[in-house]
Amino acid sequence: MKISCDIKVKHLSRVEGHGNIHIKIKGGRVTEAQWEVVETPRFFEAMLVGKKWDNAPWICGRICGICSIGHTLASIRAVENAFGIVPSEQTRKLRLLLKHMETLQSHVLHLYFLAAPDFLNTGSVFPLIKSHPDVVARAARIKLLANDACDIIGGRRMHPTTTVVGGFTMLPDRCKLESLKRRLEEAVTDLHRTAELFRSFPVPDFVRETEFVSLRGNGEYPFIGGDLVSTDGVRMKEHDYKKMTNEYTVARSTAKWARLSRESFAVGALARLNNNFAFLHPAARELSESFGLRPVNHNPFMNNIAQLVECVHVTLESIAMINEFLDNEWDEPRQAVKHKKGKGVSAVEVPRGILYHCYEFDSAGKIVRSDCVIPTGQNHANIQHDLTELAAQSASMGRKDAEIELLAEMLVRSYDPCISCSVH
Amino acid sequence: MPVDNYLGVPLHRPKVAFFEFTACEGCQLQILNNEATLLDFLSLVEVVAFREAMTERSDDYEIAFVEGSITRADEAKRLKEIRKKAKVLVAMGSCACFGGVNQLKNRFNNNKWVKEQVYGKFPVESEEARPLEDVVTVDLNIYGCPIKKEEVEKIVTNLVLGKSVSHPKYPVCMECMANENICLYKMGEPCLGPVTRAGCDAWCPGSRFGCWGCRGPADAANVEQIISIMEEHKFSADTIIDRLECFGGFKKFAGELKKRTAKSKSKKKRAAK
Ligand code: SF4
Ligand code: SF4
Ligand code: SF4
Ligand SMILES: [Fe+2]
Repeated sequence: MKISCDIKVKHLSRVEGHGNIHIKIKGGRVTEAQWEVVETPRFFEAMLVGKKWDNAPWICGRICGICSIGHTLASIRAVENAFGIVPSEQTRKLRLLLKHMETLQSHVLHLYFLAAPDFLNTGSVFPLIKSHPDVVARAARIKLLANDACDIIGGRRMHPTTTVVGGFTMLPDRCKLESLKRRLEEAVTDLHRTAELFRSFPVPDFVRETEFVSLRGNGEYPFIGGDLVSTDGVRMKEHDYKKMTNEYTVARSTAKWARLSRESFAVGALARLNNNFAFLHPAARELSESFGLRPVNHNPFMNNIAQLVECVHVTLESIAMINEFLDNEWDEPRQAVKHKKGKGVSAVEVPRGILYHCYEFDSAGKIVRSDCVIPTGQNHANIQHDLTELAAQSASMGRKDAEIELLAEMLVRSYDPCISCSVH
Repeated sequence: MPVDNYLGVPLHRPKVAFFEFTACEGCQLQILNNEATLLDFLSLVEVVAFREAMTERSDDYEIAFVEGSITRADEAKRLKEIRKKAKVLVAMGSCACFGGVNQLKNRFNNNKWVKEQVYGKFPVESEEARPLEDVVTVDLNIYGCPIKKEEVEKIVTNLVLGKSVSHPKYPVCMECMANENICLYKMGEPCLGPVTRAGCDAWCPGSRFGCWGCRGPADAANVEQIISIMEEHKFSADTIIDRLECFGGFKKFAGELKKRTAKSKSKKKRAAK
């Protein structure tokens, strides 16, 4: 039995943004297990008030450097929903392809640069450049490919420039798409090697029953728009997102927390997979099975594996989509936009989970009110409850201080939190 | 190939640290997004602190790259400590150089309303968003939202080699024309390229998206020029002001334009009466 410890991690590393972990055990009892969010808020929802509709995607992309494409697309969809604009099939597909490449980029960044060092006993990816050059080269290769793809389709890899309300300012170069397809085909091998690497890492044995929230696919694994669903049986429409998130404030956090059927819920790759397993590409599903990852899986550390499975899914689906593009004639990239008074909601699955943007416009097309609910914001409460449980388990198992600290850090990292995003 | 010498002279690898304040962390990420050249970059410098990427950290550094704007007292205090330790302090990105998108909330001049809009009655600490130079001396600015990786590499190489770093004085239009892009004005879209400092290789116009001035004003930019562009191409003052005030670099210009349009509006009103 663990008698006592006092663990304080200030500004946890290898996560996006600023969060602290405190675990205090006294006389074998956990007296404190806290996940604190100390990030400075930025007030995007206030900034937008009075701005014209075309500002929203451009400004809101800046909520997050890692998933700027996801935010931009969520913002565009909310504006389009408010104005009653239905994107063409070509636009819809091209947006999905762009999103897939961001998902691949973000997941690979997390898996290799943020999560893997914990399993390889280093503090960062940098020492691995010498000790595991092939691993680092592989990570860089996949990331570069995904980032180049975002440049080709979105204009640039961060804060994209071609993505606008109504469609795209211009379409990608056909030759570049073709070479992208070839590189994606090569990446499949790299992803299988990535799977072998992660198969050699022991997944901490930790299970806590959790409600998982995501979009519900309609024939395909969902990313942009659709119904909202939870593993506890809740089902709602996109525009009812507020009832799905129920945000509230807590003293230890500058980010808002969320809840649904229980005291907390989780979003992200594991949630998407738990709710949409059947819609995964067969090869991705097979990979998932090989890791023993089947719905509903309640081990938060398996989010890493769910991300890996999604990497395979988005890569294979992207190859198929590019083939389709190359076979078809292309339409005009952009439709005209007519603004009107009204409200638009959008739900988009970004790498870290389901993201909502909602804007209300006046008749001049200016924003009257705006609201964004961020995946990591929805995860904070769940991280907290997992942490409490992990601390209790560690106390009763008599784990060493260093082990508890590492496990707690790994737990938070497995959510791949984007803290500055959650405190937008 | 990684560089460890320059013209045969072994290079001193300066210890560098990365820090972030109120920001999207995108500028830091741009450094990690340099897959193709990241390893060369890392051979030039010794990274001793980079929280987004590493657990190890050290307080012994020569160059501090600082991202983000300052919006809280604890941030100002931490920045001053960084300033004391660093030989060279570099402001990285529009947030650090001008306040970036964060400073958009300053335009309401009503911090209480801003906080209530997002948090209701829940108390949060937050002040006006300020650029780094409002708190400490900044030795060098790297402009952009986000920063451009090629430019960062060039700047870092120059710092390491002890060469001076200078920014283009001319506007984005020069780069845009050199790249033979279609001018957005011809397509009826607004663009701040004529008044924005170059260096991004006309990044946005290159994908048919008008410039929003993230790098701040070019040396010769002035309000009259902006107004004449606006009138010539028939864009409303609101459209131009949205762009001018987006990243903070054109703060003076946006303020001046707002004042003038308010004046002409009240003149028109009076004339109507
Ligand atoms: S300047 Fe732009 S990209 Fe850089 S941190 Fe600020 S918002 Fe992010
Ligand atoms: S598109 Fe913009 S930057 Fe390019 S020439 Fe026209 S005004 Fe200048
Ligand atoms: S074109 Fe304008 S907005 Fe775009 S990166 Fe260059 S300076 Fe910034
Ligand atoms: Fe929000």
